[in-house]
Amino acid sequence: MKLRYFAWVRERIGKAEEELDPPPGIGSVADLMSWLSERGEEYAYAFENPKVIRAAIDRTHVRPETAIAGAREVAFFPPMTGG
Amino acid sequence: MAVTIRLQREPFDAAAEIAALTRARTDIGAVATFTGICRAEEGDKRIVAMTLEHYPEMAHAEVARHVAAAEQRWPLKGVTVLHRFGRLTPGEQIVLVVTAAMHRHEAFAAAEFLMDYLKTRAPFWKQVEYAGGAVWVDAKQSDDALADRWTQSSGGQEAAE
Repeated sequence: MKLRYFAWVRERIGKAEEELDPPPGIGSVADLMSWLSERGEEYAYAFENPKVIRAAIDRTHVRPETAIAGAREVAFFPPMTGG
Repeated sequence: MAVTIRLQREPFDAAAEIAALTRARTDIGAVATFTGICRAEEGDKRIVAMTLEHYPEMAHAEVARHVAAAEQRWPLKGVTVLHRFGRLTPGEQIVLVVTAAMHRHEAFAAAEFLMDYLKTRAPFWKQVEYAGGAVWVDAKQSDDALADRWTQSSGGQEAAE
């Protein structure tokens, strides 16, 4: 699946997007965040406080408990500050 | 309903957008516009510039969802939403919302509704450059509260979940 990162999540991880295939057993958005945070200290830093991270699956807002099965694109970003 | 949504780097002309929305129409009795502008100060600190990052493919869809939600709540004749991205300096425009309806109440309410949702749900992030460095703007709980009030009193018109 394609992962995309925005704003300070992107800066902390050091890339805007990547292709990764999480192993079976990573069922939810929250699981995906925990799995990513074990990939290295830049990921651990980005996801150090998962409660503040927002996520979207295929360009629609989702909650941490949402299943990632079938997702083509998962995005992680801080709370939005547009307008 | 006439809907225009543009995410762009370039400045916009609010008067031209109003004219485009109302041209050759005699059913519109009210147009409300909101323009957000980059300030030069935040508290006692001077802002050098502001950079807006966005998630292009999602931002357009998300704005469209909120425009559709506004159309369900009020009998609107037209909506224009323009949101800029990239680096902006103080005095430059950031966002434009134009709502057209038969009566002023619907136009005002829909413009406020759209702005409250743009602030909290549209995937845009502001980074402010001060003289000493750049910082990402923290989301304000007060903005969340302003967006939430539209779902509390109205019998559950959930905008996008």
